[in-house]
Amino acid sequence: MGNTSSMLTQYDIEDVQNHCNNRFSQREIVALYERFCALDRSGKGYISSDEFMSVPEFAVNPLSQRLLAMLEGLNFKEFAGVLSAFSPSATIEEKLSFIFKVYDIRNNGKVSREDIIRVLCDLSGNFLTDEQRQAVVTQALEESGYSKDDSLTPEDFLKVKLKPKCYSWKGRLEDGGGSAR
Amino acid sequence: MEEDSRKGDVFPGASLGGKNSNSRGMRNPLLDGVLERVQGQDSSLFKPSPSEINMYQRHLDEVLAESGPKADVNRNLLRDILDISPTLSEAASAIVDDSFTRCFKSNSPEPWNWNIYLFPLWIVGVITRYCFLFPIRLVLLALGWIIFLGLFIPIHFTMKNAKLRQKLERGLVEFLCSVFVASWTGVIRYHGPRPSRRPKQVFVANHTSMIDFIVLEQMTAFAAIAQKHPGWVGLLQTTVLESLGCIWFNRLEAKDRATVAKKLKDHVEDPESNPLLIFPEGTCVNNEYTVMFKKGAFELDCTVCPIAVKYNKIFVDAFWNSKKQSFTMHLLRLMTAWAVVCDVWYLEPQTLRPGESSIEFAERVRDMIASRAGIKKVPWDGYLKYYRPSVKLTEKKQQKFAESVLRRLEDNNPSEVPRVA
Repeated sequence: MGNTSSMLTQYDIEDVQNHCNNRFSQREIVALYERFCALDRSGKGYISSDEFMSVPEFAVNPLSQRLLAMLEGLNFKEFAGVLSAFSPSATIEEKLSFIFKVYDIRNNGKVSREDIIRVLCDLSGNFLTDEQRQAVVTQALEESGYSKDDSLTPEDFLKVKLKPKCYSWKGRLEDGGGSAR
Repeated sequence: MEEDSRKGDVFPGASLGGKNSNSRGMRNPLLDGVLERVQGQDSSLFKPSPSEINMYQRHLDEVLAESGPKADVNRNLLRDILDISPTLSEAASAIVDDSFTRCFKSNSPEPWNWNIYLFPLWIVGVITRYCFLFPIRLVLLALGWIIFLGLFIPIHFTMKNAKLRQKLERGLVEFLCSVFVASWTGVIRYHGPRPSRRPKQVFVANHTSMIDFIVLEQMTAFAAIAQKHPGWVGLLQTTVLESLGCIWFNRLEAKDRATVAKKLKDHVEDPESNPLLIFPEGTCVNNEYTVMFKKGAFELDCTVCPIAVKYNKIFVDAFWNSKKQSFTMHLLRLMTAWAVVCDVWYLEPQTLRPGESSIEFAERVRDMIASRAGIKKVPWDGYLKYYRPSVKLTEKKQQKFAESVLRRLEDNNPSEVPRVA
């Protein structure tokens, strides 16, 4: 894939669409590609973490480092694949699986108590003490019937009936980027 | 899974483009306290602009409102703890599009020379521009420079009568700027009463390229405050432009700020100095958006005269993307285009209203300029082009989250929450 969206062929678009389980329309993929090229200022084919962090709205997000780990160095197809979990048409399982991956940094298929505490740490910074974090997680686990040392599996995430909120993207992907007058 | 449309307002790009919602209702006593704390603790040059804090305050108020006590019996602490989707969604949204990057994007015009009879026409146009117009313009520019230097140098070094010398130097600089404008065939329409020389007034304008200065200088010899540039531009700055009373700063030096603020104050109070022109955005923006105005220009206790500048992209895009090309290349691009078309509006002078803070004043003036020029406003600090956002913004989010967690803990068991010592 070249440097401008005119270089994305129909074949490329369909390839990416399949990779994303059809969560993006073809128009959205073209718009996303323009965005990818805009962020990848040096045209290397992937976006470096510096380039991600130059988006102020992203840089102030408490989970930016975790997302960076999942997104940097990816080519466009993989990038679109990761972001497809955020598409409004993604299924609950896909969204939960993404959230699970964010927690499971050691990638061993289980989210342990420490993993939860680590994410809580990112989200709360210095405004919660360690004891408070431990207390919250213990209480949360016990309230839902897990012992405080259990590890959670993706099925547990489903059981807890997480309802991931997904802000509407339509305005952003189609209108943003800006070649439209 | 789509939320109701109210949630859409949480995203700056989506809601603030085109709406002035950010300027209303900024009188928030809570916010003033926040600003004081931030300004007191963070002494570096690049604080988050208050509107950024305001924007995040709104985000977080929404999150807080949701996490307040509900009648819903199905509240499940584990579910709420594990559900990081709002934060993730915000981050993903920012990756997909964000209002800050949009400000610095040069939108390349649609190519029109794509078929068999337009293409030769276009070739003829290119040849005319590069082989006829460009050399003529270069010659014109060179002649203009020669005349200018030939008159300026003697006058600057030999004339003793300060008043007359200043008057002549001003006239010469205006002449040189007209030559510059002619060298890229500037078609500039000025609207509104021309700036008058009066004490205690400053002029502010939106900023697209360094040629803004030339376009405005052609009409009135302003003294500008700008970033010191390297190369031939820097040389010009320290020689010719300083005689007009221009002030230079280096945005990469935090200590510069106090000295520059003092110079500004001195300049404005001197009745003999040229009217001061300030670009409060602090950086070049692509003329479709304006970024936050820095409040420095609005705290000088003077009348502020807004100037709106809007370039017509019909022949060339006048946005200077300083990260992508040097000023010389930018000038060359302008000189090989047919023309640079531009509108300048001199707007009604404004003063600080009673009870208005300088930040609100800056926003009000930005409103005026943005609506006159037909460009959108964005709540970001232009210096984020060079620096990461302050950690304090992330900390605000973390603090709100921590507070909501603690509240949940208390709701569940009021006596058992471990307290911070």
